Amino acid sequence: MSRRVAVALSIPPLVFLLVFFVWPVIAILATGLAPDGWLDTAGIADAWARPWLLDTIVFTIGLATAITACSLLVGLPAAWVFARFTFPGRRVLRALFTIPFVLPTVVVAAAFLALLGPRGAINQLLAGNPWFPDARVRLDDSAVAVVIAGVFFNVAVVSRLVGGLWAHIDPRMEEAARALGASPWRAFREVTWPLLLPAVLSAASIVFLFSVTSFALVLLLGAPGQPTLEVEIWRQTAIMLNLTVAAALVVIQMVGIGVLLVVHARWQERLTVAQRLSPASDVARPARTRRERVAVAGIVGGLCLFLGLPLLALVERSFASGSGYSDAAWQALLHTSQRSGLSVPPVAALVDSLVFATATLLIAGTLGAMIAIVIGYRTGWLPRAFDALVMLPLGTSAVIVGFGFLIALDQPPIDLRASVLLIPIAHSLVALPFVVRAMAPVIRSIDPRLREAAAVLGASPRRVWQEVDAPLVARAALVGAGFAFAISLGEFGATLFIARPDTPTVPIAIDRLLSQPGALNFGQAMALSTILMGLSAASMLVIERWRTPGSQAF
Amino acid sequence: MAAALLRLDAVTVCYAERTALDSADLSVAAGEIVALLGPSGSGKSSLLRAVAGLEPPASGRIEFEGRDITGQPTHERGFGLMFQDFALFPHRDVGANVAFGLRMHGWSPASISARVAEMLELVGLPGSARRSVNQLSGGEQQRVALARALAPEPRLLMLDEPMGSLDRALRERLPPELRAIFLRLGLTVLYVTHDQEEAFSVADRAVILRDGRIEADGTPETLWSRPPSGFVATFLGFRNVAPVTLHGGVASTPWGEVTLVGQPDGPATLVLRPGSLALAADGPIRGIVTSRRFKGDHALVSVTTDAGAALELEIRDAWPPEVGAPVHVAVDVTKVDLLPA
Repeated sequence: MSRRVAVALSIPPLVFLLVFFVWPVIAILATGLAPDGWLDTAGIADAWARPWLLDTIVFTIGLATAITACSLLVGLPAAWVFARFTFPGRRVLRALFTIPFVLPTVVVAAAFLALLGPRGAINQLLAGNPWFPDARVRLDDSAVAVVIAGVFFNVAVVSRLVGGLWAHIDPRMEEAARALGASPWRAFREVTWPLLLPAVLSAASIVFLFSVTSFALVLLLGAPGQPTLEVEIWRQTAIMLNLTVAAALVVIQMVGIGVLLVVHARWQERLTVAQRLSPASDVARPARTRRERVAVAGIVGGLCLFLGLPLLALVERSFASGSGYSDAAWQALLHTSQRSGLSVPPVAALVDSLVFATATLLIAGTLGAMIAIVIGYRTGWLPRAFDALVMLPLGTSAVIVGFGFLIALDQPPIDLRASVLLIPIAHSLVALPFVVRAMAPVIRSIDPRLREAAAVLGASPRRVWQEVDAPLVARAALVGAGFAFAISLGEFGATLFIARPDTPTVPIAIDRLLSQPGALNFGQAMALSTILMGLSAASMLVIERWRTPGSQAF
Repeated sequence: MAAALLRLDAVTVCYAERTALDSADLSVAAGEIVALLGPSGSGKSSLLRAVAGLEPPASGRIEFEGRDITGQPTHERGFGLMFQDFALFPHRDVGANVAFGLRMHGWSPASISARVAEMLELVGLPGSARRSVNQLSGGEQQRVALARALAPEPRLLMLDEPMGSLDRALRERLPPELRAIFLRLGLTVLYVTHDQEEAFSVADRAVILRDGRIEADGTPETLWSRPPSGFVATFLGFRNVAPVTLHGGVASTPWGEVTLVGQPDGPATLVLRPGSLALAADGPIRGIVTSRRFKGDHALVSVTTDAGAALELEIRDAWPPEVGAPVHVAVDVTKVDLLPA
């Protein structure tokens, strides 16, 4: 590809990123560090001086640590079972167990409310029991529900990342250690564990990063008065209207995440051991001893319960009415109600969401394809810098994107406050890294010999592109566009800052319904979450089908 | 035979529904080097893994020094095991790999480093303790794996296709070296391979497996001079093996009729050893030469007989006939083997 084409393709996404990412971040920094036009750390110092800040930071880190530790505790046995054993339904279960990770956080939060909340299925069962009539699950005054939901969300990250490596560690190494006199536990500790450690730490730091910035779970499931940094940023912005403190918090969070990413990269480098990987097919075998069979059945069964029950409860609760069942909540989705907290019928939110998701698909799909083509075909520092720039919105967080939009794009020179485009633009920014990551590796992996073979057979450079590259690139673009669509459907953190009351998305409508009293509102939230769960799972299934095998970046 | 060190009594190993090893009986005396020989899937590796304790037998009993060890965990058996692709620990250097078993057995640091040096000396890699295992060549990896298996002074050494991932030159050179090391240390060895030449150059005794059953058990000499079955004969490299029917001193073979006086009537397996066939103008078997391969001191000539069967013969002291030439083949019946059907 010529330099001129590369430059032409780079300009639109570059302008997009400058206007909608770099400029808002500068605006945040300006608000936090220089509220009056010159450098002034008083805002930061002011935020630092607030007595709750330390508590908030400690709580944020503590919560993320708890979620990470528990996700490892649940995810490592899952990784072991899927990497080492074959059993009936293994492939299907592996695919099903990934679903929680692709569900919107709002749906996960709603699912745990459906299971454990005051109106949840378990409390419904407990209320009817004759033995302990007063027994109730009460998780709304602690962070326990947030931790459980966080684990639900992140188990797949651990089991996929660690299991992926585990399946390639030759089990004969452990057997060699056993023959040399190591007990099973010692053989694991001395041989397999050190080899797994890079994947474990990598999974742990990704889960930690997700957990630090998990906004919807804390907002919807957490105890009031126990905010994380993200929630506090939102509260300072939307409720306290204290933008300087909010911006200072954003700066603190961005520094923290930056440090985390650097530490992660260092670890990764130090711990990676060059090893000969054996093909995964050799490694998995049926459970043979009684002990193995019990372990496999226990772990798989436990996972089915843990991952299945909340989602079943979600569907069940959407039909619950008093002690029986009805479709009242589903019917209510079609109507506007004074008491729903929404100025439109909930079904309108569904239409809005689909429109926004389609717009995001077009914007992020087009821009992402341009970036992926540039960084996929060209090498050098410029494409690399471009690559890094695109990944930055992933390293910040959706809340920061939303906050940045709020303070940067509502006044001249760029005033988009009234534009409905704001939401798909924010969604595109969140989706762009995923689109590029889905496409660029596919483009890079096109075997140059295919192009050479086509050229030798008489294809002109243009024909070579049409015949060899275009079909593969188009397929990758579909996958990227699918990601953009799915991410837009579930996006909550950024949307909460910029959604207008008359155009709520589905996640925003769920949040509003959950924050209003009344069984019907709760039921509608459950029904809407069920629909969103179905849409997300369906778009992920479609993406899986389009994917080129062996080129999975996510 | 001396009292058995290792004894297998009707050991069966199953994977899912497949029986990999079917009721195998075997005894190995102290100091014996036994090759387990068979094609892939014959159960030889399963037998080894059962002895190592890596595969729980579905039934049967394994004894070592007269004690039942069937249910004993691998790490308490004190056996050495070397894998086909060596399974060296990639996160440890050569010395730490060799030291691993010594640490597991609680040796002191000083005695460990002395033993590691001694073992690396033994396998011909002195002074390479600090090297990374990822930089070793295939032959060097094999030596390190051997040193690692030998270091804790195993009571029984097992090797699973130890030449499997090496190139041809090493596969020919190393077996006698291995045998020398085994004999010097007085080791009892179970050696799994699918290559009969390798087995015969390492072992005192060969056990041939087929479809999970032990088909033959004997010294290389006895197996070679009188293979117990057509399968064993074919596996040992005899080329002209076929089921035949005898009637009145004449064997009906796929190649034509061969006179074998003094043999009882009925079905049997006929092995025409290389030296039993010769080109002769009055030979009773007629055919056409279909290919010839030159093998240094002899040529291997394939003939399709008029009866439609393939026959191979070695031509040593004459120029082999051209492809397509009609030939007559004579059989020296004093050099053929007649085995049970």
